[in-house]
Amino acid sequence: MESSVIRLPRFVGRLSLGFLAHFGRISLLVVELVRGLAEVRIWVPRMFTEAATVGLGSLPIVVLIAAFAGTVTALQAGYQWQSSLPVYVLGTLITNTIVLELGPVLIGLVLAGRIGARYAAELGTMRVTEQIDALESLGRSPASHLIIPRVLASTLMLPILVIIADVIAVGAGWYFVKQVLPITNSDFAYGARYYWRPFDAYYSVIKAMSFGLAIGLLSCYMGFNTQQGAEGVGKSTTAAIVTSSVVILLLNTLLAKILLNP
Amino acid sequence: MIELKGVRKRFGEQVVLDGVDFVVREGETLALLGPSGTGKSVLLKHINGLIRPDAGKVMVDDQLVTSLKRHELAELRTHIGYVFQNGALFDSMNVFENVRLGLSDENKFNDMAYAEARVAECLKLVNLAPETAEKLPAQLSGGMRKRVGIARAIAGAPKYLLYDEPTSGLDPVNANVIDALVKRLDKELGVTSVMVTHDVRGAFNVADKVALLSEGKIVLQGTPEEFRESTDPKVKAFLERDFESDNSFAA
Repeated sequence: MESSVIRLPRFVGRLSLGFLAHFGRISLLVVELVRGLAEVRIWVPRMFTEAATVGLGSLPIVVLIAAFAGTVTALQAGYQWQSSLPVYVLGTLITNTIVLELGPVLIGLVLAGRIGARYAAELGTMRVTEQIDALESLGRSPASHLIIPRVLASTLMLPILVIIADVIAVGAGWYFVKQVLPITNSDFAYGARYYWRPFDAYYSVIKAMSFGLAIGLLSCYMGFNTQQGAEGVGKSTTAAIVTSSVVILLLNTLLAKILLNP
Repeated sequence: MIELKGVRKRFGEQVVLDGVDFVVREGETLALLGPSGTGKSVLLKHINGLIRPDAGKVMVDDQLVTSLKRHELAELRTHIGYVFQNGALFDSMNVFENVRLGLSDENKFNDMAYAEARVAECLKLVNLAPETAEKLPAQLSGGMRKRVGIARAIAGAPKYLLYDEPTSGLDPVNANVIDALVKRLDKELGVTSVMVTHDVRGAFNVADKVALLSEGKIVLQGTPEEFRESTDPKVKAFLERDFESDNSFAA
């Protein structure tokens, strides 16, 4: 009994210290990134290469997920539909569900796996094979060569991918809701426009940008601080995906509170 | 000149360096010997600031490495070429891009005509064919990767060269080729070098001075002759172990 009394505060203490250590190191990394921004000639071309790789590489999975998400939203709306409601509400329901929530969150979570794993594994492998040490020994900054291009690429590409996903998901939802319920194109368009506020689109993009920043920053941080060989690369890759996903869910809640319910 | 005074370093409970002192004068080639796992590479990484000591001083050209600001350290590193144990080549880049990255002057780095000429010159210096420039690191043998690593380290015309186990993992023929290359480069380029190795024979062939790191301290620093004639039990034990392993290999 006595030992468990000691164990719990010790566990909480260690957890808190671990969290503070990570927070401190991430803050230092952010300071390095801000300093590295001055080396525009280094990071700009690399950022475009990364953005092209991340964007084009993620496009097939984004299209697939968006199409299925839109389809399932429409089919479930059809299943739960009450005939007492005006049919144009379906246009509002499907559009707003996708643009405000499903588009950014689903794509964010999937890309946390795809981009996060890639960044953490790449940088982790570079760390354990001394490539990052080699870069530093050449007097070059890992921040401007490796991290800034990746963080900015994911921050800029995620909104673009989410906009594409929103369009495809709404299109798929529109098509499939017509297959299960007697709704016309003009009904759907009317409903979609009736409750539409331009802020909804900005909100979707703001969410996507913050998710992209979180994925890029956390995955690069995990990969950059990899230790102990192949096992370490595995650990940091897993940690990058899990942490990015949890942070996406936290940001999603936080942004809903701050921007939708101030 | 490179000078280390009372350098201490520990990782967790393990004391790796326990008050290391040594000096490498201009134009000298020093071989840092010691059994595997004694902290030779850790010591080498202190010289260009990749690792910070817990205590003690690391001086390069009368500059205290530990007190340098970020941009000053980056500037110092452009004068110190570092050859990593396994090459540490950037595997997404071909040999040309790897060696070009060694050009520390941004103007020279961006001047493609200069970069092409300099990379070709460096590859020639390390006895690699010009066609190697187009290859990826994964397409190279271990010995070639090490030579590309040396080419990258010398591309920026550094004043100092630090070699981390340049012959480890190589067969005796390739190890001799690398030893001869290190010796020739040190003479042709007039650099000051520190070579970490556990290959006694190679060290005696290449170096002007030899130092033995054991249990976190420099046991002896002197010429190869002084090293051979030393009566220090640790030096004798290290030399005997080396020659025993040579004999067993020959048998």
